[in-house]
Amino acid sequence: MLILLLVSIPIIGGIVAWAAEKAGTSWPRWVSIFALGLDIIMMIPVLSAIPHSRGVWSAEFRAEWISAIGASIHLAIDGMSLLLVILTLFLGMISVLCSWTEIRERVGFFHFNLLWTLSGIIGVFTALDLLLFYFFWELMLIPMYLLINIWGHENRVYASYKFFIFTQAGGLLMLVAILALYFIHKEQTGAATFGYADLLGTRLSPETGMLLMLGFFAAFGVKIPALFLHTWLPDAHTEAPTAGSVILAGLLLKTGAYGLLRFLIPLFPDAAREFAAVGMLIGTAGILYGAVLAFAQKDLKRLVAYTSISHMGFVLLGAFAGNELSLQGCVMQMLSHGLSTGALFIIVGAIQERLHTRDIGRMSGLWQAMPRMGGFALFFGLASLGLPGMANFIAEFLVLIGSFRVSVPLTVIASLGLIASAVYSLWMIQRVFHGSPSHETPPDISFRETMVLLSMMLPILWLGLFPQTALRVSSSSIEAIAQHRLSHSMDYPGPGSGGLR
Amino acid sequence: MTTTQVTALLPMIATGGFAVVVLLLISIKRMHSLTSALTIAGFGAALFLLFYIRPLLPIDVTGLIVMDGPAYIYITIILGSGLVASAIGYGYLERQDEHKEEFYLLLLLASTGASVLSAASHFASFFLGIELLSVSIYAMSAYITARPRSIEAGVKYLILSAVSSAFLLFGMALLYGETGVMGFAGIAEALRSGSASPAILAGLVMIIVSVGFKLALAPFHLWAADVYEGAPAPAVAFIASVSKAGVFAVLSRFYFASGFHSIQDVGVIFISLAVASMFVGSLLALLQENVKRLLAYSSIAHMGYLLIALLARGDGAERSGAIYIAAYAVTSLGAFGVIASLSTGRGDADRLGDFRGLAWSRPWTAAVFGAMMLSLAGLPLTAGFIGKLLVAASGVGDGLWTMVISLVISSVISLFAYLRVVMEMFRTEEASFVNGITPLDSYVLGILMLSLFMIGVYPAPLISAVDSLIALK
Repeated sequence: MLILLLVSIPIIGGIVAWAAEKAGTSWPRWVSIFALGLDIIMMIPVLSAIPHSRGVWSAEFRAEWISAIGASIHLAIDGMSLLLVILTLFLGMISVLCSWTEIRERVGFFHFNLLWTLSGIIGVFTALDLLLFYFFWELMLIPMYLLINIWGHENRVYASYKFFIFTQAGGLLMLVAILALYFIHKEQTGAATFGYADLLGTRLSPETGMLLMLGFFAAFGVKIPALFLHTWLPDAHTEAPTAGSVILAGLLLKTGAYGLLRFLIPLFPDAAREFAAVGMLIGTAGILYGAVLAFAQKDLKRLVAYTSISHMGFVLLGAFAGNELSLQGCVMQMLSHGLSTGALFIIVGAIQERLHTRDIGRMSGLWQAMPRMGGFALFFGLASLGLPGMANFIAEFLVLIGSFRVSVPLTVIASLGLIASAVYSLWMIQRVFHGSPSHETPPDISFRETMVLLSMMLPILWLGLFPQTALRVSSSSIEAIAQHRLSHSMDYPGPGSGGLR
Repeated sequence: MTTTQVTALLPMIATGGFAVVVLLLISIKRMHSLTSALTIAGFGAALFLLFYIRPLLPIDVTGLIVMDGPAYIYITIILGSGLVASAIGYGYLERQDEHKEEFYLLLLLASTGASVLSAASHFASFFLGIELLSVSIYAMSAYITARPRSIEAGVKYLILSAVSSAFLLFGMALLYGETGVMGFAGIAEALRSGSASPAILAGLVMIIVSVGFKLALAPFHLWAADVYEGAPAPAVAFIASVSKAGVFAVLSRFYFASGFHSIQDVGVIFISLAVASMFVGSLLALLQENVKRLLAYSSIAHMGYLLIALLARGDGAERSGAIYIAAYAVTSLGAFGVIASLSTGRGDADRLGDFRGLAWSRPWTAAVFGAMMLSLAGLPLTAGFIGKLLVAASGVGDGLWTMVISLVISSVISLFAYLRVVMEMFRTEEASFVNGITPLDSYVLGILMLSLFMIGVYPAPLISAVDSLIALK
């Protein structure tokens, strides 16, 4: 029941926030803070009861939904979901705070969309029924689309179209794969169900398994984004309002990574192993590609967007390497990338609010006028390049040790990404904050912004210095995934039985 | 004909009877509000009687008509849609400089025709139903005589529909000539005893052509955009819901009851029609500047998706078809209802520009219209999602991969078209339409939106109701 509330409070909060606009423009903001705060408070009992053994769920909720086709409302949390839900609520709170002065028009509707997106994301992280998962997967798209389309920057219409079409196309392919899996399972066992635990053991012929896995990969690969499926990302991130970019980079990309770990690998272990080499290659290529393109950007926000492609390449690499170390690295990378990139987007947003431009060529020596912002930017820039002592270092290090065991050459190449990231991060700091100061003297960041950035800095440091706190929480889920990956669905009885007609 | 059999026909008798009452009332005194109230009462009475005859199912009436579960479902959809169409017609007609009352007469007659069609089990009732439906639609399309477009729509539909009726008759004649029977069951028996001769196949193809025309399947879709654009919005709402439901009902009954589903080549014909409709509909929808035309092309694509439910052979296929039709009826009534409620006496609110900034000037109306667009696109929370999910599921379950993959591609393409409309509503410029929405319209639209979300979020009651009815055969 608790977890159902967790999903539905933002939904209700969104409606209330929209209606509250009539009372004044700050009302929707407070309503959103209150709704998210309520959700955070509700996480406390869940937090104290994290299961430490494999395959155990806490705060489980199960109810009938469409019983005629075997779909149920089944929500539950394990260690990995818990970390991601906390990240969602935290970044949700941050996005409300960072749009406090940026969003001045249609405030109610803005917060409505914000909260509904968050609700969809929480649903994705907790759904244990594949149809319900798809439902939430699609639910978060429409409000996100509106966030970009209404409150975005100059080229928002194009960007929002592209975002929507890409994600929807991937999603529909996943739906077809889900349905196919459902019918194969039904044919084998006679039970019509979309339940995650039930579908796990489905026997698939190698060809069918590969096709279905690719269907899932279409949806997750677009979101992560995997190289070649990434072209929507720079546009959407650049054109979205700050809060939208924070949610896109911090959370939406994580839903893809989460899907990879939770659904793709355990459901199709054979196909995932077979695809591993390609997946790791795409990941490694993405790391380098994102880093090189980031370096070439003139638009500050676009630069940060390309760093996302690079960082998320590590997730792809780690997920397909598939051992416990690399998978733990993935989870850590999801958290640290969400925090550090989110913070960088907030800084870019704050700069744009002051200078009305994102063009790096027109920025110089901002440290003089904004020392506090400069300090924060340096910190998050260093975090992004993976300086030891910060969360990103732990994450990328874990992924690299994990993948080293699987493929030495790819790991060596991927490590080059660390150098490239140092180049673009330092180059960005150098160009924007150092050099001769421009004539403008924009005001330094406000108290609110300081608190926002400070609150994002602390977890990065904490996770960097004491990574074990988070690793312990997710370890049981990761063990289960790694176990599933090694499991064979090789007791496949031969062609003809079990495939589709 | 026994009393029970007459009782089973009561819903059709009610709509027909109310048509006569409305006719008499018009000839005595023209009163728009009374006529409209009487029509709504007529539909309400028919729906109530439908509820009353539920225990009689399934029952065969005179060999022409069979009142069974599927017929019951489609008649419910038809009567409900007729009721909604007459309710949204009231405010719309109030703003026109025309005689208003005959429109309701046509609505009742067409609904009677569609009901007969959904329960037809014989060529006679098949033809009678489809003609009663079509002839009323000619007049409804051309109803606003002050608008040349409306007359054009009526004439266009009249001519093409007459040709398709000729095809239908010729096809029926061929089948009759070969088998010597006109009842669907008799044809099935004749088919079983001998192989399908070329004449039977030719007759069948002619019937498919005719039905394809009525459903606006590609390549028989050429009338759709012009009729949707020219006909008054309430009439289009009616065409998109009632006419599609009735024709699809008779198509699926004829297809299965006459045993044609067992002929491989017929399936291939339907697959090609479906795939062509999906792509023609979704691609041409992209080019439209007129929302009614856009929805016409969207309906072509949707009828293509619906054919998956017709061809799939799994347990849930028949259910998927019925629920798809129900969801589509709610959605198109809502969409055309919004257009009707925004329209003035000068013309329908059907250009894309008419919707500019609607989200800011009229948030609720825009919310309804936006929800309908998302439902057409098949996005979650809306009825369209459940419809598309079930149809895709029955397609995947039967391995109809060509159609399922076409459905995916075509859905992505048509997203552009629906998003364009949504985007237009969120543009910041002021809206150009300013007339107020009548209270009746806002109630009707509110109810439609609620049912859209009810079906979309918690479809279990609807599915179990449909399942229990389909079992009654």
